[in-house]
Amino acid sequence: MHDFEYEAPSTVAEAIGILEKHNGSARLLAGGTDLIDQIRMGRFTPEVVIDVKKIAELMQMEVTADGVQLGAAVPCYQIYGSEQICREYSALADATKIIGGAQIQSRASVGGNLCNSGPAADSTPALIALGTTAVIAGPAGTREVPVEEFCTGPGQNVLQRGELLTALKIPAQPAASGSHYLRFIPRNEMDIAAVGAGAQVVLDSSGENFVSARISLGAVGPTPLFAQEAGDLLAGRPVSDEVIEEAMEAARKIASPIDDMRGTIEFRLHVTGVLTRRALETSIARARQNLGK
Amino acid sequence: MATIEHEKTAETQKYKVIGTRPIRHDGVDKVTGRALYGADKRLTGMLAGAMLRSPHAHANIKSLDTSLAEKLPGVHAVVTSADLPDCTDKVANLGEGSVNLKHLSNNVLAGEKVLYRGHAIAAVAADDIHIAQEAVKLIKIEYEVLPPVLHVLDAMQENAPLLHDDLKTDELGEIADQPSNVAKHFRFEQGDLEAGFAAADVVVEHEFKTATVHQGYIEPHNATALWNADGHITVWMSTQGTFTARQQTAELLHVPVSHVKVVPMEIGGGFGGKISVYLPPVAAVLSKKSGRPVQLVMSRTDVFEATGPTPGSVIRIKLGVDKEGNITAGEAWLAYEAGAYPGSPVGAGAMCVFSCYDIPNAKVDGFDVVVNKPRTNAYRAPGATNAAFAMETVVDEICEKLQLDPVEFRLKNAAVEGTRRVDGPVYPRIGMVETIEAIRDCEHFQTPLEGKHRGRGMATGFWFNIGLKSTAQATVNPDGTVGLVEGSTDIGGTRASIAMQLAETLGIAAEDVVPTVVDTDSIGYTDVTGGSRVTFATGWAAYLAAIDIQDQMVERAAKIWDCDATKVHYEDGAIHGPDGNKLTFKEMAAKAQTTGEPIIGRGSADPQQPGGAFGTHLVDVEVDVDTGKVTVLRYTAAQDVGTAIHPAYVEGQIQGGAVQGIGWGLNEEYYYDDEGTMRNSTYLDYRMPTTYDLPMIDTILVEVPNPGHPYGVRGVGEVPIVPPPAALANAIYQATGIRMRELPMSPPKLLHEILGKAKTNGA
Repeated sequence: MHDFEYEAPSTVAEAIGILEKHNGSARLLAGGTDLIDQIRMGRFTPEVVIDVKKIAELMQMEVTADGVQLGAAVPCYQIYGSEQICREYSALADATKIIGGAQIQSRASVGGNLCNSGPAADSTPALIALGTTAVIAGPAGTREVPVEEFCTGPGQNVLQRGELLTALKIPAQPAASGSHYLRFIPRNEMDIAAVGAGAQVVLDSSGENFVSARISLGAVGPTPLFAQEAGDLLAGRPVSDEVIEEAMEAARKIASPIDDMRGTIEFRLHVTGVLTRRALETSIARARQNLGK
Repeated sequence: MATIEHEKTAETQKYKVIGTRPIRHDGVDKVTGRALYGADKRLTGMLAGAMLRSPHAHANIKSLDTSLAEKLPGVHAVVTSADLPDCTDKVANLGEGSVNLKHLSNNVLAGEKVLYRGHAIAAVAADDIHIAQEAVKLIKIEYEVLPPVLHVLDAMQENAPLLHDDLKTDELGEIADQPSNVAKHFRFEQGDLEAGFAAADVVVEHEFKTATVHQGYIEPHNATALWNADGHITVWMSTQGTFTARQQTAELLHVPVSHVKVVPMEIGGGFGGKISVYLPPVAAVLSKKSGRPVQLVMSRTDVFEATGPTPGSVIRIKLGVDKEGNITAGEAWLAYEAGAYPGSPVGAGAMCVFSCYDIPNAKVDGFDVVVNKPRTNAYRAPGATNAAFAMETVVDEICEKLQLDPVEFRLKNAAVEGTRRVDGPVYPRIGMVETIEAIRDCEHFQTPLEGKHRGRGMATGFWFNIGLKSTAQATVNPDGTVGLVEGSTDIGGTRASIAMQLAETLGIAAEDVVPTVVDTDSIGYTDVTGGSRVTFATGWAAYLAAIDIQDQMVERAAKIWDCDATKVHYEDGAIHGPDGNKLTFKEMAAKAQTTGEPIIGRGSADPQQPGGAFGTHLVDVEVDVDTGKVTVLRYTAAQDVGTAIHPAYVEGQIQGGAVQGIGWGLNEEYYYDDEGTMRNSTYLDYRMPTTYDLPMIDTILVEVPNPGHPYGVRGVGEVPIVPPPAALANAIYQATGIRMRELPMSPPKLLHEILGKAKTNGA
């Protein structure tokens, strides 16, 4: 394994200082479930590894009436361990429950999953569906970016030198809403998404009409995708197989998958539609449940 | 030691120990983590080794410069193929199969050419693994990259790039003039093929493809070697056969076998993949150069890329059946990928393809073909699973066409005692029919399968098993126990199954036998743990050692009682003499100390009738027609196991084999890009089933004792991997109406067929 220095700052400012000093040759360590393997495999050869788990605000999760303030390094098990997250932000709970196995979930963070910027990241489509904003701190101060704009390519994102992701802000979900994330894997465990789909729907008080919807996709493009058109076309329309079919088609249109060991283009395009439908159906059922219908 | 309480099988009622389920002798060490595996070995002054492996699937090595690596502080030795003695084209017999030593040597460290990605080129020994890995990066190497040949049919083309300039086809016994990637073409024939097909009312012919798959043992290959100043080499390693590892190492290093001692560490799975040597000769020359012990351990990617998977293949089957459902003729064409060097298991595949049936008129052509993939090696019934996938799918289609019951069809055409297999041998007493009947009569088969997109499939399979040579030595202890020393490395619970045969013969408890697996200096020659032979052959050696003890105890008792030995006999765990004289085994063991020389039993065996094994499997699946994903709902495997010495381990072997077959059928494959790089060389993307992907595998032990063994033992370990892919394919057909003729039947491939069918139906 490549030789590197280890730093563990206790404040965001300190972390930014170290990042600036090393000018691109530092890597941030949260759960380390991606990074350690990447260094071991020689994909990254950082001079310094900066452990952010000693920074209190990165390890905090607050669920209030305004939504969720999720520290970037909070591990998965704490997220799905919150009953309120499971109930009101179900898509995020769904995603964090299926990332790796129990050992991985006890270390891996949603912030790390986002910053690793893999196209097949499970938690990113869930964040997109829930309308999440990424909070980025850097030498020039703090800025916010919608999660759907965070990733720019496989392993690439909007973070500039000296910047780090500190938190994810998930807005409070309307009472008449429901969300879901699911993925297709050839096995039932210990696998990586061949296709992933997230959805969040808001229904009217009858539970029969869409007020709004957000749909997201994973593993079918260079980044996780926000299928905005697919969601928007549902707004104001009755819940029916026909309109869901339209959303499936719209979601397929933005997918640009590749052929690889996890699936063919044909397979991924078809399953994109299938999972979009399944994500919507479960979200609708959950919204109706939240409505007491 | 405790025993799992369980009812004995009918066949084992007559035995005291055989048929019971004692807890394995090595169980505590393994569940507490105290068992020592190869990578646990630590020696004073031990160095860590790392290897340079080819990034290309096919290339000439233009130049190789290790000087910078040698200069790195902490590096003690760097070796290349120049450090191995020149091996000629000598063929070494390794018991289960033979090997061309030049090929083996070039596989261990490449000469002028690399033939697959991951091909070892050089190795470094350094103070720690990090320095060794850094040093590997400092080795300068210049390649002339050549186009890779990645598929058997491409490799057989006349204008295909050649892997070996000097490889000429053995064409039905004649050596061809021109070099080729086809190492061998052979043929088996019987009866009159033309007349057979003329007599058929239905003929079905199809081509099948299977992907390269790996055994997927948990523990990577490893070797720790010390080349001592006296010229003696000790190797500690994970291996299926210490004596074959010793022979291969000695032959490759040009030292006498007596100069190599192989010490078996515990083994974390092998399934055939830990017979060939990869690391011991390299660790040994690193040790010779550095004067220190050296340890080499592969990574998972090394294991996938550079050890011996089982071949991808193309198989064509043509089968003729008359209206009454009698098979009249069968023709098969099998081409297997040998990997970089000749030696695929196509021979076994060709012998197995028609092995379950009585086919009067048949012809089988086999082709052994080199491609730019790792050199293939044995994997549980090597070659048979590929063949059974093709044959059993055709059988299912024929049954459908003629509206015949698949059970009745199989019973009608089943191989029985006296049936001649296409390659010549005539079966002795076998249990093919009994396994089909066991499935027909089981609760699973009798319960109708209901539900949408669900299907049920069955398939049968055969494996020869082998005998080969084994040694056992048993020392009687004064406390009435027996120390059993053996040379068979224990992969599947064989310490227990061998000890139980010794215990049964002596009439003592299994717990009173203390088995130990020892190194090559400490026991007589013993062939590999492979071919499902250990419980059969090493069990036989233990039986002979027990008989030897019986004879010595009879002699001793005669001496004690001062009578003629012919008046004394051993029975039921005791020595009986005239005048009601009797000494139990324990009493005799205590007396032995003071009445003469130590009592040591010796058994060496070379049994010739391993008794073939048959299995019939039944599976229920549900297909998600929107994604092509197959869920295995229920699985039952019936197998002729001869006599189940330790039924729990027999069941375990059947379950393990079935699971590997399910993985092979549904998801496992070497996924290559066009450059010949395996893109899924990790357990994340090489998809073996997990417990979440499987139902309980129910087993039915059919006991048709092998007449060729004192306790009726047949090998049980291999045949259960043979039927699963075909059984799954037949079940998928029932569920979807789609015949899958390519493995794996993974979601993208099955969905492709489902979408294609929907399009056709819609049009």
